[in-house]
Amino acid sequence: MLPRATPRIWDLHCHITSPAGRTPIERMADLMRYADRMRIERVCIYMGYPHSMQPSPERLREENDQVLEALSHWHDRAFGFCYVSGEHVEASLKEIDRCVRDGPMVGIKLWVAKRCNDPSLDPIIRRAAELKAVIFQHTWLKTDGNNGPGESTPDDLVELAKRHPGVPLICGHTGGTWELGIRTVRPMKQISIDLAGSDPTNGFTEMAVRELGADRVIYGSDAPGRSFASQLAKVVGADLDDATKEQILGGNLRRMMAPILAAKGVRV
Amino acid sequence: MTPGIIDSNVWFGRWPFRRLPGDEPADLLGRLQRAGVRQAWVGSFDALFHRDMGAVNERLAADCRALGDGEFCLPFGTVNPKLPDWEDDLRRCREAHHMRGIRLAPAYHGYPLDDPSFVSLVRRAAEQQLIVELLISLEDQRTQPARGRVPTLDMAPLIDLVKQASGLQLVLLGAFHASKRDVIERLAAAGEVYFEIATLEGMGGLTRLIEWVSVDRILFGSAAPFFYISSAVLKLEESDLAGRQLEQICFANAERLIPRPR
Repeated sequence: MLPRATPRIWDLHCHITSPAGRTPIERMADLMRYADRMRIERVCIYMGYPHSMQPSPERLREENDQVLEALSHWHDRAFGFCYVSGEHVEASLKEIDRCVRDGPMVGIKLWVAKRCNDPSLDPIIRRAAELKAVIFQHTWLKTDGNNGPGESTPDDLVELAKRHPGVPLICGHTGGTWELGIRTVRPMKQISIDLAGSDPTNGFTEMAVRELGADRVIYGSDAPGRSFASQLAKVVGADLDDATKEQILGGNLRRMMAPILAAKGVRV
Repeated sequence: MTPGIIDSNVWFGRWPFRRLPGDEPADLLGRLQRAGVRQAWVGSFDALFHRDMGAVNERLAADCRALGDGEFCLPFGTVNPKLPDWEDDLRRCREAHHMRGIRLAPAYHGYPLDDPSFVSLVRRAAEQQLIVELLISLEDQRTQPARGRVPTLDMAPLIDLVKQASGLQLVLLGAFHASKRDVIERLAAAGEVYFEIATLEGMGGLTRLIEWVSVDRILFGSAAPFFYISSAVLKLEESDLAGRQLEQICFANAERLIPRPR
């Protein structure tokens, strides 16, 4: 089902939270064992273990250290995003300097500590943009009303985008309820969507390409919580031509990362 | 591609909240065949929402007969034990349509798994040697539309029912959205309970599920066209399965339930 002539697959959205292993390096090895089976060339990883929804400055540093350790053996296969929090802006700016400006990481990850429409996050976005780092914001729009207090929705991300015109942003999970997420971010050309971390509901990717254009749609899995298989199926199984699938499976992410990879002298 | 898959979780009809690629039976048949499926156990989306179950099951049986060689799609009619005279729907499934099994949808029909009429229906089906497919979940609760909300089922009451219903062959569809490992393990130990993989998640999920319930209780299931068929197919590639395990999941376990015609 996965064509032999698979395009270069880059996975935007992986974690080292629950793979087997005692250390970040062992967990990374387990993650990559499955990535290899699915012919995934590169993965982006962020956040350590155990997951911390309201990380203290110390916890941010610890989790980023875990990712740095994981990257140390897998720099040819993995990219790291720096875990930051709108609750700790100063500490987050220091982590961005340590991990992105002075370290190997190429992006930032904002999770559920604070909704991203809050202007207090702006210094984080400005700093990441200066460094050309990829900016990934988790979003969910839970129709059962169970969003956490600090959990952003696609609407929150649109507010953030309006305050930072031209800065590329990624709408994590497309808000989960993807039909609403796609429509919400549609007018904001600077926002791309992450396909990861929801059920492989038929028609998701086709709608995304139709409404946003193929160049704003990025494959990610949210492995190991999600299966690589179920998330790849959103692209592999979609009624789209091969060139479009290739763009989504890796081309768009490579294009988005090109400036920071070039700045760091990373060839891919 | 694995040849000869039997897909235990396929749907005909229109999902009311979106059009799905492949929601015309002939189109879906082609997609299934291209994915390596050689037999599909099919229920009807209409059955989740309609009251005239006799007509729903008749259409399903006719659609299955009309497709391919008439053998590819096996209809699984639905019985709603909260409807008056549901017993006759069960009779028609077996006698009029010669169905091998039925597909129940408690979350959509509004009853829990310890409801007396449900218990009675399951026992009767077992007595009549009908396979019972039980839809635990289809759509993630977090994304259901406001007018299409269905509760998450508590599967725990099934454990006693399975122990008591002699001859019951139970297939759980979509059991993994809100699954707890201990309930799944206890269900598998209670009797002849099978699990299909459409909602199975997590890296290497099949390897993990084999540890929970043993490989002879796992069936291939795609939930097509609700989910991309590729999702279930790629799960077979993601987990490191021995050849025999792959055969069991893809068709051999299903053929124990519905043997190949001689």
